[in-house]
Amino acid sequence: MEHFISLFVRSIFVDNMIFAFFLGMCSYLAVSKTVKTSLGLGIAVTFVLLITVPVDYLLQTKVLADGALAEGVDLTFLAFILFIAVIAAMVQLVEMIVEKFSPSLYNALGIFLPLIAVNCAIMGASLFMQQRILLDPETSTQAIGGVGDCIAYALGSGIGWTLAIVGLAAIREKMAYSDVPKPLQGLGITFITVGLMAMAFMCFSGLKL
Amino acid sequence: MSLFSKENGAVFTGPLNLNNPIAVQVLGICSALAVTSQLKPAIVMGLSVTVITAFSNVIISLIRKTIPNRIRIIVQLVVVAALVTIVSNILKAYVYDVSVQLSVYVGLIITNCILMGRLEAFAMQNGPWESFLDGVGNGLGYAFVLVVVGIVREILGFGTLLGFQIIPDSAYIDNGGLYINNGMMTMPAMALILVACFIWVHRAVNKEENK
Repeated sequence: MEHFISLFVRSIFVDNMIFAFFLGMCSYLAVSKTVKTSLGLGIAVTFVLLITVPVDYLLQTKVLADGALAEGVDLTFLAFILFIAVIAAMVQLVEMIVEKFSPSLYNALGIFLPLIAVNCAIMGASLFMQQRILLDPETSTQAIGGVGDCIAYALGSGIGWTLAIVGLAAIREKMAYSDVPKPLQGLGITFITVGLMAMAFMCFSGLKL
Repeated sequence: MSLFSKENGAVFTGPLNLNNPIAVQVLGICSALAVTSQLKPAIVMGLSVTVITAFSNVIISLIRKTIPNRIRIIVQLVVVAALVTIVSNILKAYVYDVSVQLSVYVGLIITNCILMGRLEAFAMQNGPWESFLDGVGNGLGYAFVLVVVGIVREILGFGTLLGFQIIPDSAYIDNGGLYINNGMMTMPAMALILVACFIWVHRAVNKEENK
């Protein structure tokens, strides 16, 4: 239980997808204009992460890993293709489910729902999970050793991403009234804002759990 | 149309400056920020992306008439993923230390928006040779930003360039000098601010052309 909580809290604050690894930057910068749409996208990303990371974990340990399928068969070189296929398929599935059961949420998210497939945060979480399987759970709080760990990690990463995008959207809504130098307007000042937010999040890096 | 006509030249040089993928099109930011704390990984990453963009553009351009429109994204992703797997294994074989440093960001070239953006916007409508030039141009435009940010961060953060000492030892405060490395430069946050400065300068210089 302690390991779950530590993994969860670390992935929100210390290993934050945006501020520590810059994953999912493209949609992060493009969508963070209003708080409402950013919150919707954040929830959708969290949801897709929650499905894809455990599925990719099972694929990695039960099919791809050295000797998992048959003695002496190592399929890890297929990981990239298989992971992206799982993500693309899951996003398609999530899109269909959301459309069937909640048409209002489907309309609110619009084009951003299918675009989650090429969000680096999703692929990044699966690739980090692949690296962390190798860590020793006794010594490292980042180790992932089961489906439960995967869920805690995915939920934490998703919430961390949501927190980051909602925070930036709120700042950008206020910044509309500021007097920014002309060449720095738009993209430039957004980058500087994210940089300052990342510095603030660096305070968490000493967090021990 | 000749191979090196004026239009093809524009396809190649456009992304290097006026239509730079990072500064103007805002594509492929994630990896640009993460791998630039030193110059060497920045160069390797820039070259890998250039190779992958060029060849995925060529492949998609060759088969563009046979891809059904509904499943084109998946076809593109599979082509890119196959190329990334090849490049990742080549990096592991020949420059293992850099490949460890780049860690997951090599795999993340798959979801790099420059690739999908160029495939959708250019390779689906144009012939293989133009697509190749477009891919190389965009890859080099991306590599250029990476190298600039990498040089600044390595000199100020470590006092070295490609691992060679640039700031003389005697200048450091430990040896009686006045200089100290700026640890902030090695942190992720400074990459964002440096890219912002790059965009600022780029826009200020190209003000007339952008209008």
